[in-house]
Amino acid sequence: MVVNPAIVALAIATLASSLLLAYSAAFGWRLVRTWDLSSGSELQLGLERHTYLISTLVAFVFATEAISLLLFVYNADRIAPLFVGAMCAVGTLNTSPFGFPALLVKVLVFFAASTWLVLHHLDTRGYDYPLTRLKYGLLLAVAPLVVVEAYLQTRFFLALDTDVITSCCGSLFGANREALGSELAGLPPVLAMTLFYGVLGVTLVVGLATRRWPAAGYAYALLSALSFAASLAAIVSFVSLYVYEHPHHHCPFCLLKSEYGYQGYLLYGPLFLATALGIGSGAVRPFARVPSLSDVVPPLARRLTNVSLSMFFFLVVWVCILTARSGLVLLGNEGV
Amino acid sequence: MIELVDVRKAFNQGQHNELWAVRGVTLRLEANCTTVLRGPSGSGKTTLLTLIGCLARPTSGRVRLRGRDVSGMTERFLTGLRRQTFGFVFQQFNLVRGLTVEENVMLPAYPLGVSRPELRRRAHNLLESLDLAPHAQARAEWLSGGQAQRAAIARALVNDPAVILADEPTANLDTDLSHRFLDIVRDLKRKGKTLIMTSHDPLLYQAPEVDRVIGLRDGHLD
Amino acid sequence: MPNNPWFQRQRYLVDFTVGALARRKGRNLALLAVYALIVFVLASVLLFSQALRHEAAMLLSSAPEVTVQRMVAGRHDLVPAAYLDRLAKVRGVADGRGRLWGYYYDPSVAANYTLLVPMSDPPPPGKVRVGATLARTRGLGVGDVLSLRSHEGHPFPFTVDGTLSSESALLTADLVLVCEQDFRALFGIPAGLYTDLILTVRNPREVTKVAEKVLRTLPDTRPIVRDDILRTYAALFDWREGMVMVLLSGAVLAFIIFAWDKASGLSAEERREIGVLKAIGWETSDIMAMKLWEGLLVSVFAFLLGYLAAYLHVFGFGASLFGPVLKGWSVLYPQFELTPRVDGFQVFTLFFLSVFPYALATIVPVWRAAIADPDVVMRQ
Repeated sequence: MVVNPAIVALAIATLASSLLLAYSAAFGWRLVRTWDLSSGSELQLGLERHTYLISTLVAFVFATEAISLLLFVYNADRIAPLFVGAMCAVGTLNTSPFGFPALLVKVLVFFAASTWLVLHHLDTRGYDYPLTRLKYGLLLAVAPLVVVEAYLQTRFFLALDTDVITSCCGSLFGANREALGSELAGLPPVLAMTLFYGVLGVTLVVGLATRRWPAAGYAYALLSALSFAASLAAIVSFVSLYVYEHPHHHCPFCLLKSEYGYQGYLLYGPLFLATALGIGSGAVRPFARVPSLSDVVPPLARRLTNVSLSMFFFLVVWVCILTARSGLVLLGNEGV
Repeated sequence: MIELVDVRKAFNQGQHNELWAVRGVTLRLEANCTTVLRGPSGSGKTTLLTLIGCLARPTSGRVRLRGRDVSGMTERFLTGLRRQTFGFVFQQFNLVRGLTVEENVMLPAYPLGVSRPELRRRAHNLLESLDLAPHAQARAEWLSGGQAQRAAIARALVNDPAVILADEPTANLDTDLSHRFLDIVRDLKRKGKTLIMTSHDPLLYQAPEVDRVIGLRDGHLD
Repeated sequence: MPNNPWFQRQRYLVDFTVGALARRKGRNLALLAVYALIVFVLASVLLFSQALRHEAAMLLSSAPEVTVQRMVAGRHDLVPAAYLDRLAKVRGVADGRGRLWGYYYDPSVAANYTLLVPMSDPPPPGKVRVGATLARTRGLGVGDVLSLRSHEGHPFPFTVDGTLSSESALLTADLVLVCEQDFRALFGIPAGLYTDLILTVRNPREVTKVAEKVLRTLPDTRPIVRDDILRTYAALFDWREGMVMVLLSGAVLAFIIFAWDKASGLSAEERREIGVLKAIGWETSDIMAMKLWEGLLVSVFAFLLGYLAAYLHVFGFGASLFGPVLKGWSVLYPQFELTPRVDGFQVFTLFFLSVFPYALATIVPVWRAAIADPDVVMRQ
């Protein structure tokens, strides 16, 4: 088993997060059942006071989840040398069937958390706790996701088995085992490019359209999610190839390394932010009808959409720059 | 301007030492009026003051501020409203030790993020009007009783609220200082402020500046 | 933008916090000291381990790609030179040499020396070159005599020709370089036998395949691939580091309890202050924000202090406090200069391990203090 400080930190973090969220969800359950705003009884006052604690705890947990997503990937990259055939994080994640699912769920938790935080922010802007019940009800849905994530991550760490020289005879590795799949398959570059520019193009247009037709905001939220998927596919299929200047190096994690000037951060940072805010902007729109929020929602939705749009725009521009300045020529090879 | 409808306030509800400080008070207070709540200790006048000033929420009953029901508001909004509308002067003055007088006066405006030069200007003007300008940089704990009270009044005025609430303002003052306090009351009246005070001091509730006296006994209106 | 209300509010809160911290110096200094200590301990372990790891990796990178050892009845035996000819025929092998090395136990210091015949530039017959730590322990300088006992029990005097540079002192600590004929005479190993064989491979990607072929060609040997060694060391370091962390988790837990206690133990004065703030118009979230700023300031300060102290401890004083645990089992402890290395990943992990528990420990006490009723000052 691999036990290094980062793993210890991640294990503590997920344990703490799961416990805190379970506690918060239990409170949420109580709140949903007994919330009565018109009452001034000490029970109600107690509930209201508690919401300050729970909201802070949940915000804390979600911030931790965001950081642990990064730490998880970084750590996977760091310990890759311990496994034969693993050249980077991809190899590490492939050592057991729990690696990539854990990562996937972590990403889902990130977006669930960001959406919850946006709704929470909106709730505090209303003068009569307009979304409190809904918010804590949603928590009951997100909490199990965090527990699943903790489970997958733990199983992943427990399954990590380094290939080290243990016995005195026959210590040859890689001979009879399958390759660790250090390569990720990608889509054909032309298809990936069409998908990427196409989906993001539509997203940008729809985003601008929301200024005139707010109802388009729901479409924008959906398109943000699709853009996320398209961007990931793009990164694996052609952007990484351009950055590494190698026609077969598809790894999406090596971009984050210092050898490549940490360029990955300029890709993933805006991407995650844009998607999170895009989904958030859609999430707040249904509440424009709530009386205490009617003049809060439109400007908030607009702000979220604007930041999201500029991040997506930056992403497109950055991908173009990476394509243009790369020494690799991909499209010229098609058909050869 | 401020309306209370059948408000009741209990402490330690559901426990063996449950206490109902206010038991069904219905009241209407007009703007620009100076009112004194009068009654013996334990009559609930201080608690009533906190309910009027939105410092506490009634256990039952409704409180309306300028026609708007504030009973079901989130703490954030209620506090925001309270900051804008009310200024409190406590019986014990309750200045923060370790801070200067000027800083104490500026405190209530911190959460609003008012720009610092603007805030200092406001504080300075208030201290001047209350003859405290020379003590602006003094530590709060060095002030005498009368000075401390004036500092507390300045603090209550920093957000330019419409209503000033004072709890037993003359309880810790001698006759001389009490008269000076009445001068301040007159001055505030002239500026169009609404004043609501609690007191069992006849010097205060019999003063000509007072427009209305409300008696309280055992949580009920007299 | 810095003039917008939100920023200004933060500035006011920070202002007030700093003032509040200064007003209660005693309590806060105690907290700062303990916090910095925790960071110091954790950071020392991480920094030290990182430096060691780097040392080892640097050194092992110059190790041979494939080492071939002969196994007889499951034990390591000498390998005949004839094997080299057979290995030369294996496709992919660029070069093969025999290597002579062994252990020598010196009772006077109760330590094992590693005797090695270097591939190039061996010392002249009768002379040796010794590692810096060995020289220091036995008090040897150039020209001094090191007397060893041969396999037959006769004394074998060597004159020290030079010491090995201590750049990679970790592995040369107990090294003694001799020439081939002296080695064979000392240990009684006849010509035609080597301790093991080292191979260089034409294409580094094919190392495993080549090692497989070696195994097929010479079934009584065990080929050891360098990457496997690197991996083993890395895993060992990782494991050791991780274990120390787990052991230290007890200390961290104690720290959490301490932090919780300190955060909960508001003096009457502090409670009064919060009550006043709430009465004059501060919300619960303002109080919490202020307290969390307090936590942040203390954390940053403690972190910097602890990290700096750890840096000095490890790179200035050689981690004298707990070096042995991480360095391993060798009796001879080399005095080597660790190359200072700061690693972003490591700082990040450290931050997570120290600030995260602290933040967690203070949330509930901070909340409890902040929810005081605004009218509580009136009731006193």
